[in-house]
Amino acid sequence: MPLSPIFHARLPPAATASDEASISGAKLIDAFLPASAAGIFELLSPVAPGWGGTLLVGLLHSIEIAIGATCLGLLIGTGGAFGKLYGGPVTRDLLAVYTTVVRAVPELVLILLLYYAGTDLINQLLTAMGYQRIDISGLAAGIFVLGVVQGAYSTEVIRGAILSIPQGQIEAARAYGMPPLLMLRRITVPAMLPFAIPGLANLWLIATKDTALLAVVGFFELTLATRQAAGVTKAYLLFFVAAGALYLALTLFSNLIIGRVEAWSRRGMPSVKEAR
Amino acid sequence: MSAVDAAAVPSGEAQSGAAEAIHVENLHKKFGQLHVLKGVSLSARDGEVIAVIGGSGSGKSTLLRCINCLENPTSGIIRVNGEEIKLKADSHGHTVPADRKQIERIRSRLGMVFQNFNLWSHMTLIENVIEVPVHVLGVKRDEAIAQAEKLLARVGLAEKRDVYPAFLSGGQQQRAAIARALAINPRVMLFDEPTSALDPELVGEVLKVIGDLAREGRTMVLVTHEMKFAREVATHVVYLYNGLVEEEGPPEQLFGAPKSERLKQFLRNVG
Repeated sequence: MPLSPIFHARLPPAATASDEASISGAKLIDAFLPASAAGIFELLSPVAPGWGGTLLVGLLHSIEIAIGATCLGLLIGTGGAFGKLYGGPVTRDLLAVYTTVVRAVPELVLILLLYYAGTDLINQLLTAMGYQRIDISGLAAGIFVLGVVQGAYSTEVIRGAILSIPQGQIEAARAYGMPPLLMLRRITVPAMLPFAIPGLANLWLIATKDTALLAVVGFFELTLATRQAAGVTKAYLLFFVAAGALYLALTLFSNLIIGRVEAWSRRGMPSVKEAR
Repeated sequence: MSAVDAAAVPSGEAQSGAAEAIHVENLHKKFGQLHVLKGVSLSARDGEVIAVIGGSGSGKSTLLRCINCLENPTSGIIRVNGEEIKLKADSHGHTVPADRKQIERIRSRLGMVFQNFNLWSHMTLIENVIEVPVHVLGVKRDEAIAQAEKLLARVGLAEKRDVYPAFLSGGQQQRAAIARALAINPRVMLFDEPTSALDPELVGEVLKVIGDLAREGRTMVLVTHEMKFAREVATHVVYLYNGLVEEEGPPEQLFGAPKSERLKQFLRNVG
């Protein structure tokens, strides 16, 4: 049974049975990586003609969008959660429509819809009011679109976390005359954090990857940068593996930070291990 | 003892002497169809210790929680330090405080101690104690810390100042909660069954702290199941039955020679 080229290509030359196979393996690797091993470093070099710099700029844009969208999402989510829990019937209904619709529609569709229809709407409004049409920056649009998506999920995560706070702690804050905003800042938010962080950490990681969807509207983030680099050099495998490694590095770094933040937020709680 | 003299006069009646710290008149509270308080009146003058006793569902906790509007009364008059809490009807016909600032100001001078302690779990004991003085009352942080250290020492928790509540026993948490209440220099302390959630062997340490406060002339309203303790520290005892004051008076009279059949029955049952 002949080996498929892909399977064959994965085998390191030393592991192949014969010299002949080894040569054909090397050829196949050449087919995937037009450059030689030394060429890999050249291609990934951060300075031109290498494409490493392009990828890093893309990664930077991805991180910018993810941070912006997560911050906007947290703002919307905090407001949304409080609105859902404590708001009037109209507020609650509107928020229910928002979270349901946003979570029901695929993010790619939402991005296309909000990006094209949204910018068009803004420009139509501007022309109607007698202003010039404006170019909306990809960064702002990306943050807005992903922020709206993140906001819907954050609303539910934060709502659940607020419900998990022992109600007596909120009651104690009320009983001592804390005004609402002070209570939010000093009691509700810190007390809900241990319950919210696992869910919010998920959302952050999803946000870092959702930035890739913005490639479809031409925003220059890591995935689009990778496609460009790969398209020009034809070194598809190399650049997509490199992009994957960058996404992975971002996740590992995030995990490190999130772990610290979570440990800090749980400072008042006994370790789960001890309770076993 | 002037406190006992004052308590001998039925509360709610006009009398000279110490100023009235808490005045509750004809208080009603309904939860939907459930009529929990059916016209309760209560008065606490400075230095008085009012013990509210009664069976489960008699409305004693609800009464206490209405005083600082943790529950909004359905109708009635509540005055704290002579200031009447302004109430209004909201769009659903529920009675709610009319002036949020007023209610916050009044609450910040009432030291509430809860059955389940309700310490803020993300703060150490010292942080719990300084929280309201610093952030609500505007006391300087270092002053608040100095005072909080004294208060924690007073309830025997000086060496636990940097420990989080979850790492302490119930008795220790409740003593810390009392220190938190004392830190606001309260006009009146409100105790909502402060020992009901404690293991029997931890009740004593908490009662000792409350007893010391009573003896030094703190004004307090104490909802409790500890009859022996109520008899010891209270200047005036109110027995609630089914949302009404069934009998009230000085402790010797209420516990020694109860008039009401229901109270006699209740005292027999709780031993």
